Amino acid sequence: MTTLTPILTKYWDRPDSFTRSAYEADGGYRALRTALGMPQDDIIQAVKDSGLRGRGGAGFPTGMKWGFIPQGDGKPHYLVVNADESEPGTCKDIPLMMANPHALVEGVIISSYAIRANFAVIYVRGEVLHVIRRLQQAVAEAYEAGYIGTDILGSGYDLELVVHSGAGAYICGEETALLDSLEGFRGQPRLKPPFPAVAGLYGGPTVINNVESIASVPSIVANGADWFASMGTEKSKGFGIFSLSGHVTRPGQYEAPLGITLRELLDMAGGIRAGHRLKFWTPGGSSTPIFTDEHLDVPLDFESVGAAGSMLGTRALQIFDETVCVVRAVLRWSEFYAHESCGKCTPCREGTYWYKQMLKRLEAGQGTEEDLETLLDLSDNILGRSFCALGDGATSPVTSSIKHFREEYIRHFETGSCPFDEAASTVWAGANA
Amino acid sequence: MSFAPEVLERLERDAKEIIARYPKPRSALLPLLHLVQSEEGYVSDDGIEFCADAVGITPAQVTGVVTFYTQYKQEPVGDYHVGVCINSLCAIMGGDQIWRELSEYVGVGHDEATEDGKVSLERIECNAACDYAPVMMVNWEFFDDMTPAKAKQLVDDIRAGKQVAPTRGAESVCTWKQASRVLAGFNDGRAGEGTQAGYASLRGLQLAKESGWEAPEPERGAE
Repeated sequence: MTTLTPILTKYWDRPDSFTRSAYEADGGYRALRTALGMPQDDIIQAVKDSGLRGRGGAGFPTGMKWGFIPQGDGKPHYLVVNADESEPGTCKDIPLMMANPHALVEGVIISSYAIRANFAVIYVRGEVLHVIRRLQQAVAEAYEAGYIGTDILGSGYDLELVVHSGAGAYICGEETALLDSLEGFRGQPRLKPPFPAVAGLYGGPTVINNVESIASVPSIVANGADWFASMGTEKSKGFGIFSLSGHVTRPGQYEAPLGITLRELLDMAGGIRAGHRLKFWTPGGSSTPIFTDEHLDVPLDFESVGAAGSMLGTRALQIFDETVCVVRAVLRWSEFYAHESCGKCTPCREGTYWYKQMLKRLEAGQGTEEDLETLLDLSDNILGRSFCALGDGATSPVTSSIKHFREEYIRHFETGSCPFDEAASTVWAGANA
Repeated sequence: MSFAPEVLERLERDAKEIIARYPKPRSALLPLLHLVQSEEGYVSDDGIEFCADAVGITPAQVTGVVTFYTQYKQEPVGDYHVGVCINSLCAIMGGDQIWRELSEYVGVGHDEATEDGKVSLERIECNAACDYAPVMMVNWEFFDDMTPAKAKQLVDDIRAGKQVAPTRGAESVCTWKQASRVLAGFNDGRAGEGTQAGYASLRGLQLAKESGWEAPEPERGAE
């Protein structure tokens, strides 16, 4: 049986967990002192050896990303933390930054030192006021302690760190769109290559990492790459925060080794809400193809979820029971993608528009089986043809729902309306029954 | 530009501070737009002109940015801007019903404000609090586990001039303009208020503690 491994979440129950004094009392900023005494390349090597892979969804090896930064090139290097957590279902970085912003700040300093960056930015979505306050305060406290600024702890290393608030655009979670946004433009993705490691912020070598990835770095420096790699599976090492939401008895954040299964997590979370059963779920946010009760035992690591036809993504487990109309869920996600499409490329801009139009009609029961073929054809014209992953992600709910629940779409057409009662899915359903 | 001289002077001082944070001035554009929004409650033509001057680009270039991001409002919103998450999970857990009932109750639709200017409503996308669905936001503070009744009470309290407290956030919700100033990068000193973590954020940790589960001990002398 897999058990939970609180590391990033370990001190969240301390009422002052977000303060520097609490973080230091629990061993915080010791890894920074260790790191500043290490050659930078040794830190990069340790992160490579740990097997840490990006926690923002794509799972690219973090140490390898750092290794792409050209060294000794004489150019300014940059570290940018992607704290634009906006993927539907994803809700791990926000509580992390609210409860333990110093873990992120310490990770930023160590990571910036390793890649020889003297300017770092935490790009946080703008719709989370109190999280922004906590970050601002944590950065200010770190400056006061001499952890950021000039000649950090007498090491001769300088770093400036800015907390930068976005302004409401999901696309800015895409790393190159984030860079454009950070440079003061509309947040539209850039053509790759060149990758940000070569030409990123202001055209300089730039590492962009997710909050959880960077916050995991101090633990690797403190406890060693082997310790990190002792958790998880062969190719998906370490731990991660799994976010359970929806129709579970105890939704919340569960930090566990990669490779844990939904069945195990559901056991921990008290199962599906009383009197109901699992119908479908997302393993890693709305951009990852949905799973059903057939996938309860798929190890939640990058390889296994991929082999089963989806993606680990951000471990955003949105759980839906049998009261939920899958067409309705897919419609709402499609409306989201249409709203958030940046408009730069035609397949995504027009494709998500047509998804929305069609699904609205189908959900109301005004469709035919032929429409499903049109939806799949449309998906073929978006997937792999869009400029960035937003378009690809938009196809996931559509194609996976038709794959697993074709009959349910057809039932809408047969009855000429949605056969589900919305009220039955609400949190308060049953309270009045 | 029609800002009063003392307002303009203050904005210029703040703008200078914001621009100084970045290696290149244009990076300051998003925070500057939050700044002008904190002055006027929305991004006006004057605000656009101010930002354009501050970073040395044209008003048209600034407008292109303003229209891209949903948090910049081109019309005044209420002092308290109320969001209801209508992305799939929250919608299904009850957000759709909350929106329908609240919108009818308040008498305004998406991105519209009440006549007294106190409250505006917005259908918002996922706000990264799915374990507390259905979720609402007021001036970007979290109101977790909402119901239609709680939503209406919340708006009633706001319109009656009472202070309202988020579930996870400061002890009371500040105004839209004050919130915008924090987004512009000015610390309002309220980070210490409120809970460090909501109950759902702690569930895994609590279960681990009850069960005696821990991460493996590092080997001695690992580093």
